[in-house]
Amino acid sequence: MAWQHKDLLGLRGLSKQEIELILDTAAPMKDIIGRDIKKVPTLRGKSVVCLFYEASTRTRTSFELSGKFMSADTVNIAASSSSVVKGESLIDTGKTLDAMGTDIIVIRHAASGAPHLLAKHVKARVINAGDGAHEHPTQGLLDMYTIKERKGRLEGLTVTILGDVLHSRVARSNIWGLRTMGAEVRVCGPSTLLPPELAATGVQAFTCIEEALEGADVVNVLRLQLERQKKGLFPTIREYARQFGLNQERLKRCKSDVLVLHPGPMNRGVEIADDVADADFAAIEEQVTNGVAVRMAILYLMMGGSGSGAVH
Amino acid sequence: MKLLNKALLMDDDAIRRAITRIAHEILEKNEGIENLALVGIRRRGVPLAKRLQEKIQEIEGTTVPLGALDITLYRDDLTTLDVQPVIHKTEVPFSLNGKKVVLVDDVLYTGRTVRAALDALIDIGRPQVIQLAVLIDRGHRELPIRADYVGKNVPTSKREVISVRVMEVDGEDGVSIQDMVD
Repeated sequence: MAWQHKDLLGLRGLSKQEIELILDTAAPMKDIIGRDIKKVPTLRGKSVVCLFYEASTRTRTSFELSGKFMSADTVNIAASSSSVVKGESLIDTGKTLDAMGTDIIVIRHAASGAPHLLAKHVKARVINAGDGAHEHPTQGLLDMYTIKERKGRLEGLTVTILGDVLHSRVARSNIWGLRTMGAEVRVCGPSTLLPPELAATGVQAFTCIEEALEGADVVNVLRLQLERQKKGLFPTIREYARQFGLNQERLKRCKSDVLVLHPGPMNRGVEIADDVADADFAAIEEQVTNGVAVRMAILYLMMGGSGSGAVH
Repeated sequence: MKLLNKALLMDDDAIRRAITRIAHEILEKNEGIENLALVGIRRRGVPLAKRLQEKIQEIEGTTVPLGALDITLYRDDLTTLDVQPVIHKTEVPFSLNGKKVVLVDDVLYTGRTVRAALDALIDIGRPQVIQLAVLIDRGHRELPIRADYVGKNVPTSKREVISVRVMEVDGEDGVSIQDMVD
């Protein structure tokens, strides 16, 4: 099968076959990252603009390197140093990039839905690199790739997503993606950080970490987004760490071959203990490598084989 | 567009004899198997390279290393294709540095696949020399590329299609020529 969408805005609505296509394509891409010469000519002459309205190291660098490894021309725009500070609208910025012949715009924005708005107004293909508290599809895909690589499958696994689910676009993309692939998803956090609409997504919600970890195959620890905690949704960071921090003792409730993930950057000693983050059963650095592979796969699928019949 | 079978060019015996001859030619040209390696181009080049490896083993009593190359990411026509090619793994589990590499494919036609394969090989390592072995050379080159070892030369028109079938992929061995019918 071929990629049939103009844009990648979220994992909600993607079919199992489409997710499998991306994950299968990422495997040979990972080989390229391991080579001495990390470059293939696949996207020569194509241009990728990373338009980041929020600070980011790993996602932006990951997209930039994936483009470069495939010989695309990549450009980074940080909103703080662009015409955005002069009051240019998102749509006008998009149209300007379009007029310069941009093939793919990778956008991160603090407002949920911003990539969808952009996608409607530009000819370039749009990839959502995180929009507000909505979705972060490439993170969801790299998490699934890492789980599949370590566990050999996604179907039938129990995945516990731990932490600030309310503000987490990573959690939402994980929930949609993992559910589509047949995994059982649990979420756990303080009740003030669990969104009320969760029930409709078919996941089990827990406020007791011990219950949520019981028999889990995978624990995906979310970053406590300190910059979004201005409303007093939990008393103190120390109390959060005591109630919901993942440590070795709590991990004993999971399956013996548990896999621990974290999208980074980590608040060590808050949501995750040091000795958990650095253990063999954690794949946090591997997630970063896999992120490049998955993004290369997406760029390939969006640009390769896009003859007249492939896109609607 | 339909394809109409026109003639059987090679049966399983003819393919076997061609492989045997190419194996001898490789050994003669390279004066043995020192530093020799075989790399098949996916898909049908890989089983053909495997057969060459077995034949060389039979003759010399030693196994030469064998790799498989996927050239999808090196094609220069990806964005013009309607159907997106599926990427398979490149598996070259040995260093190419200083090796005499024999690249193996089923059909040599425009030469674009071989050009892509040369790029792919050079990105993996630095072979001493690269040679090309093909089962069929059907002509119509678009690039200055020629094969060192050819199973059978088949002059064709561009409206004809060469169909190579190998046991490992297609369940039978054979090479036939077909006509395109509108």
